[in-house]
Amino acid sequence: MSASDVAISRKITAERALTGKRIDVTGLAFQVVLLLCLLACLFFIVALVGTVLVEGIGVFEDRGTDFLSSNLSRISDRAGVSQAIFGSFALALIVVLVAFPLGVATAVYLEEYAADNVLTRIVRLNIRNLAGVPSVVYGLLGLAVFVQILGTNRGAGGGLTGGKTILSGGLTLAILVLPIVIITASEAIRAVPQSLREGGYGLGATKWEVTRSLVLPNSFAGILTGVVLSLSRAIGETAPLIIVGAFFGTFFTTGSAGFFDKITDSTYTALPQVIFQWTQEAQSEFNTQLAAAAIIVLLGVTLLCNMAAVLLRNRYEKKW
Amino acid sequence: MAIGSAAVDLSGSKGRQRRERTVKTIFLAAGISSLVISIAIVFTLLGKSIEFLTNVGLDRLWTDPHHWAPRVGRFDLATVFMGSLLITGVAMLIATPLGLGAAVYLAEYANPRVRRVLKPILEILAGIPSIVIGFFAVQWIGPEFVQRISSQADAFSLCAAGVGVGVLVSPLVASVSEDAMRAVPNSLREASYGMGAKKMTTVVRVVLPAAISGMVAALMLAASRAIGETMVVALAAGAAGDANYTADVFEVGTTVTAAMASLAVGTDQVATAGGEGAGQAVNSLFFLGLLLFLVTFLLNVVGDLFVRRIENRY
Repeated sequence: MSASDVAISRKITAERALTGKRIDVTGLAFQVVLLLCLLACLFFIVALVGTVLVEGIGVFEDRGTDFLSSNLSRISDRAGVSQAIFGSFALALIVVLVAFPLGVATAVYLEEYAADNVLTRIVRLNIRNLAGVPSVVYGLLGLAVFVQILGTNRGAGGGLTGGKTILSGGLTLAILVLPIVIITASEAIRAVPQSLREGGYGLGATKWEVTRSLVLPNSFAGILTGVVLSLSRAIGETAPLIIVGAFFGTFFTTGSAGFFDKITDSTYTALPQVIFQWTQEAQSEFNTQLAAAAIIVLLGVTLLCNMAAVLLRNRYEKKW
Repeated sequence: MAIGSAAVDLSGSKGRQRRERTVKTIFLAAGISSLVISIAIVFTLLGKSIEFLTNVGLDRLWTDPHHWAPRVGRFDLATVFMGSLLITGVAMLIATPLGLGAAVYLAEYANPRVRRVLKPILEILAGIPSIVIGFFAVQWIGPEFVQRISSQADAFSLCAAGVGVGVLVSPLVASVSEDAMRAVPNSLREASYGMGAKKMTTVVRVVLPAAISGMVAALMLAASRAIGETMVVALAAGAAGDANYTADVFEVGTTVTAAMASLAVGTDQVATAGGEGAGQAVNSLFFLGLLLFLVTFLLNVVGDLFVRRIENRY
């Protein structure tokens, strides 16, 4: 019997003596119930992924990448998601271009510049509340402001945004995810230790110089995590797009228009919108197989984004 | 000689000061922009809602029998709000035990290695788009889950949508309440063990009471998400457009949000059809939006107060 074995057997004896040789049955049962709750959550993920794969994988087996490169069609064998992928990509681009600078600037203002006064407190409270506003409501805001007011003639075209265009949709989604970008960027900036800033001021740097060359580089990973998370949220949102008038139907063509023409064209769609459209069709080729195949594409993109965000955070999380 | 002129000016060059002021103004403008968004939301919703209410008789909002059919001018609020209430109820019935149970297990029982793997997985579940959950609710939750519980259940039902929303908000409940439990200082647990308490006693009588405000906050935020959830309901509840009043979760129905989405799908037809009632169908969207905004705003503010209580305590 080695020394460690002796130690273990002594520990067991001591435990028996203290617990009176009884196993804590209620405690064990409690732990099992809690574990079951967790497993139930995980089970739903497995069932979800399983359902989607079983229904959707056939489309990829039959047609390969043809599904990704085909346009929308009324014929189920030819229907594809290329326009939807383009739409989602363009929307994501607009979201990043608008929400990233605006969100980071707001976060810098709140964390570095703002004095602790009533205005700042109102802005903070307001951002937390904006994060909880349902996405359909942002859709209504987009419909009223970007589609109707900025795109004149009740959304029929013209104006700054051209009515029901990718531009209007992208701006709506950008405003939707703005609070997420601000909150995560604020947290990242707050995690930069004060001593670093004081070091910068000690060298005679101004506030902007400290922010630009010390605070932002050191909080960059955290800010990026927030942007990636908000991007995956934006790509998956359906309800606001429905409200601001993404195309609803089984078929449209944009011809060979250039990128900027397409952005201001009044016919556009995106992955979640196509999934929604297809689920509303009567034929099971559309409402089950094709919808599931499109979901595989959408899930692939959003899960990759989320995983990238989680990995980024774990990899670059600094311990000061 | 005045002392002021003798002191060395350390504030740097004029150009540097000017740049500093410009940058500060830009950041201030960005900070204000979020306020502008809120004000725009409130004004948009209020303006169109007033237009709606002045053009539609109040008797249209509470029809007899209860029936939601905006295209023929029946804007019965009881139907859509009952639907929202039922969906949120079912969702919370699912999310409360699953979310809180998972949170307690992760925070108190799981060893660190398991937690490092499972927490990100739950966060990824939180990132699944709601349209995907909606599809899942139609294809799996409806036939495999709801129709096994009740043989009278329709293929599409409020219950299937509610369970779907529950699955959607469970990770949110788990994440927020786990944070609350981990914020409880270890000294409390150690004091409890020192008194000879068992693990379960420590968790139930010490940790949970200390983290209760965080857990309440998690549930409030989840309820607010559930009320605002649109696509799961639009897909799985079966009667998004026109719906009869129902208090039975196993029947088809609609909610405030699903009614809005289905109205918007038809905006083109409604707008071109012209006529007084048609225009009001679009404006009713904004009226529903206003009511939804107010309800979720209230839940979020109260939830936020609870979150801040734990932040301040430890």
